[in-house]
Amino acid sequence: MSDATLGERLAVPGPGRGRPAGAPVRIRASLDERLMQAGLWLALAFMLAALALPMAFLLVRAFQDAEGGFVGLANFATYVTTPSLVASVWNSVWVAGVTTLAVVPLAFGYAYALTRSCMPFKAVFRAVMLLPILAPSLLPALALIYLFGNQGMLRGLLFGENIYGPWGIIAAQVFYCFPSAAIILSVALATADARLYEAAEALKASRARIFASVTLPGVRYGLVSAAVVVFTLVVTDFGIPKVIGGQFQVLATDVYKQVVGLQNFNMGAVVGMVLLLPALGAFALQRWAEGKRAATLTGRAVPYVPRPRRARDLPLLLLCLGVASALLGIVGVAAWGSLIRFWPYNLSLTLDNYEFGRFDVAGWGSFVTSARMAVWAATIGVVLVFVTAWLLERAPRATALSRWLRNAVGLLATAPLAIPGLVLGLAYILFFNHPANPLGLFYGTLAILVLNSIVHFYTVAHLTATTAIRQLDPEFESVGASLKVPAWLTFGRVTLPICLPALLEIWVYLFVNAMTTVSAVIFLYGPDTKPASVAVVHMDEAGQSSAAAAMACVLLAATTTAKLAQLAVAALTDRATQAWRRR
Amino acid sequence: MSATLEEGGAAAAGGAALPARPPFLEILSVGKQFGSFVALKDVSLSIAEGEFVSFVGPSGCGKTTLLRAIAGLDPATTGVIRQAGREITGLPPAARDFGIVFQSYALFPNLTVARNVAYGLRGPAWTRLRIAARVDELIRLVGLAEHATKYPAQLSGGQQQRVALARALAPEPGLLLLDEPLSALDAIVRLHLRQEIRALQRRLGVTTIMVTHDQEEAMGVSDRIVVMSRGRVEQVGTPEEVYRRPASAFVAGFVGRSAMFEAVVDASPGVLRAHGHVLLADAARGMLYGTQVNAFVRPEEVRLGAAAVAMPGAIRMEVVHLEFLGATCRVALESGRLRLEADATAEQLRKAGALPGAKVPVAVPADAVTLFPADV
Repeated sequence: MSDATLGERLAVPGPGRGRPAGAPVRIRASLDERLMQAGLWLALAFMLAALALPMAFLLVRAFQDAEGGFVGLANFATYVTTPSLVASVWNSVWVAGVTTLAVVPLAFGYAYALTRSCMPFKAVFRAVMLLPILAPSLLPALALIYLFGNQGMLRGLLFGENIYGPWGIIAAQVFYCFPSAAIILSVALATADARLYEAAEALKASRARIFASVTLPGVRYGLVSAAVVVFTLVVTDFGIPKVIGGQFQVLATDVYKQVVGLQNFNMGAVVGMVLLLPALGAFALQRWAEGKRAATLTGRAVPYVPRPRRARDLPLLLLCLGVASALLGIVGVAAWGSLIRFWPYNLSLTLDNYEFGRFDVAGWGSFVTSARMAVWAATIGVVLVFVTAWLLERAPRATALSRWLRNAVGLLATAPLAIPGLVLGLAYILFFNHPANPLGLFYGTLAILVLNSIVHFYTVAHLTATTAIRQLDPEFESVGASLKVPAWLTFGRVTLPICLPALLEIWVYLFVNAMTTVSAVIFLYGPDTKPASVAVVHMDEAGQSSAAAAMACVLLAATTTAKLAQLAVAALTDRATQAWRRR
Repeated sequence: MSATLEEGGAAAAGGAALPARPPFLEILSVGKQFGSFVALKDVSLSIAEGEFVSFVGPSGCGKTTLLRAIAGLDPATTGVIRQAGREITGLPPAARDFGIVFQSYALFPNLTVARNVAYGLRGPAWTRLRIAARVDELIRLVGLAEHATKYPAQLSGGQQQRVALARALAPEPGLLLLDEPLSALDAIVRLHLRQEIRALQRRLGVTTIMVTHDQEEAMGVSDRIVVMSRGRVEQVGTPEEVYRRPASAFVAGFVGRSAMFEAVVDASPGVLRAHGHVLLADAARGMLYGTQVNAFVRPEEVRLGAAAVAMPGAIRMEVVHLEFLGATCRVALESGRLRLEADATAEQLRKAGALPGAKVPVAVPADAVTLFPADV
């Protein structure tokens, strides 16, 4: 080999001699590295099949006619010349805008109270705040109909106005979006640097000036994130406008109407593309805000600890009490409504509404379907998400190809956040229902619902996993390699046990969302696989609002149980496996 | 100490510090590129079995990159690395023979001290009994016998460091790599631990490479040190050799404390002109008249007061300020644009009348001035 000659050439090693560098080293990849690389290729294949290809099909369909011929922009031309369709774009935008303006200040006040005041019962308020996340989005809409609908008990308060329409949608969306905004803002507010406040006080700044010059700039990206998330949630949500929107059309209901009502898949695809636009814009804005926010935090920050001050704590407590009772009240009304014999004429209590067989062919079966789907999605999803996130963080990046692969998988892992459930669902029908697709046998099965749920909720789970893995020392695998321990063994013995709390959180997140989602599954269920959330829509459409409320409450009970179980399991496993965290 | 001196002399004679024993680790013309950034350029080095060698240099000089190339964590892009006669340049880490201690220690937080140490003891040769015995031996060796069942978070930084050391040594590697092993610790623990590491290394006879940015630490424990700068090796030698005879201006400035000033070689042999002053310097003898040079003078070489007057070429300089260092004081001296530093005991200062603002006689022995031609 060339070694000998090279050795001879360099017989006198020494510094500073201007010798040309030797031949490039051939680097032998270890078995670990090759396995990790193969794993990433598999992840890429999965994401192409489950995300990129269906979305490509959707894109293509927007440029085709019903027979599959290429028509260029004809569908888009039809779209912009149909007044009712264009009107719903504006409807979606202003409803989302008003909701954002209402939710963000409210959520800011609530989050501020949780993080920057000394009010009592913070833990309770924090728990109540999460309630709407556990409920299907239809639940607040149903509750509002009980209160303000045509037979509502508080209908008089509307002065002859109608709850079915934009204001009903906005009221329900405020409830539904509140926790997302409040969580983002309380995270942003919680990471304050006490030293800035001490400096401002030492410079004798007034409270108002400190708030304007320290507090607000510190959370400005959090505010952007919260606004963007709320706006996107409202634009892409389907359940609420379906139930309480009445004749008021928005983008999400347009997609449904085109596809299910008119069987016009091409126009559905066009509306889907339009629906994708605000979500994509929000996604870009969100990533920008995330990057900025991360950059404002330094490792040396001293956490801010609020001191009691009555003039601040009391009003904030009152605000939280008001918001929390509204949240509980809405859920309470839905629960109560589900127990009423015949609203509003016979208010005696009954459990009849929970005999779903009387209202819907599937009966309790739809709940079983939802539960099975959610358990499968959570279980398969957590494995897929966590292993992929670990591979992304730890796979070798020595070659240009491996860096490309890593970037491609990383991009596909964050893309689902920008794709509304309705659009993904539509893409799935077009893809899996295509006669030439060998995967078509999945259509209408539980498997496609599970797959859709995993992909739809992939990003948040992925970010949770990535955050957990990034907290580990990046040299764990290097230490393992130096001790000749294969990477998968270090993964099993060290990474997994340490990340157990994050794994639980991902599981419950996927479970809760798969249980409550309507938009992701409404196009995909088959005759034997109708999920409970879809059953709620159907029973409401059929005028059986008590049964719909009952089913929504069953879903809420299931997700709350899962969340409580997570807390209990976390506490138990904490004692058994996280002993090392205690000093 | 005399042994190291002798070795230093031999190495200096060889010019490239090649020890007499056959090299255990040979690094030949190694380069490493990250995209267009050259992290290592043409690095060559031989390390004998049982040697303790430190890589020192400012951050970004390539010392950690070289260590990671030896470990195979980030293999070199060009050149050859041989360990015990076997070429390892492109091998994955698991196919090499080394143990490593990282700056962060990378202890597995969910495993006890004993299980951390046992982590690399796998395979048919390691029976349960043998593992227990080896773990016990190592934990004793690093003085953590009573902490075997604790978790890393329950230990102090210094104790964690020892666990990392025990874990790296457990499978009896032929080469021990230490990547800034002490930089996360406070000053007193650091000093103590570096002596402990050195004693342990002597006892086990394991060839060791330590990366550090602290030149004092490197000089304190190493057989030889490798001074690096901007991806190149500036000098290889014993601590004493590097300190006394720096091979470049960079080494003279980086290792130990020096005052640096610009000077010009004068017409008469062995004389320098610096900012209007005349200084004697043996090193200037071979240099051409008019050569621009950078001169380095260690503070402990500078004489003050009566001791200075007794020497040829004494000059008067003003005391700018005094820095109390304990056993000695560091005196900052100035005369026009010429600045020097001198280390002196309180007694010497009192005798010389060196108070801030005072002018005192100052002299530099002609053999204590190190010169390098200035970059033009």
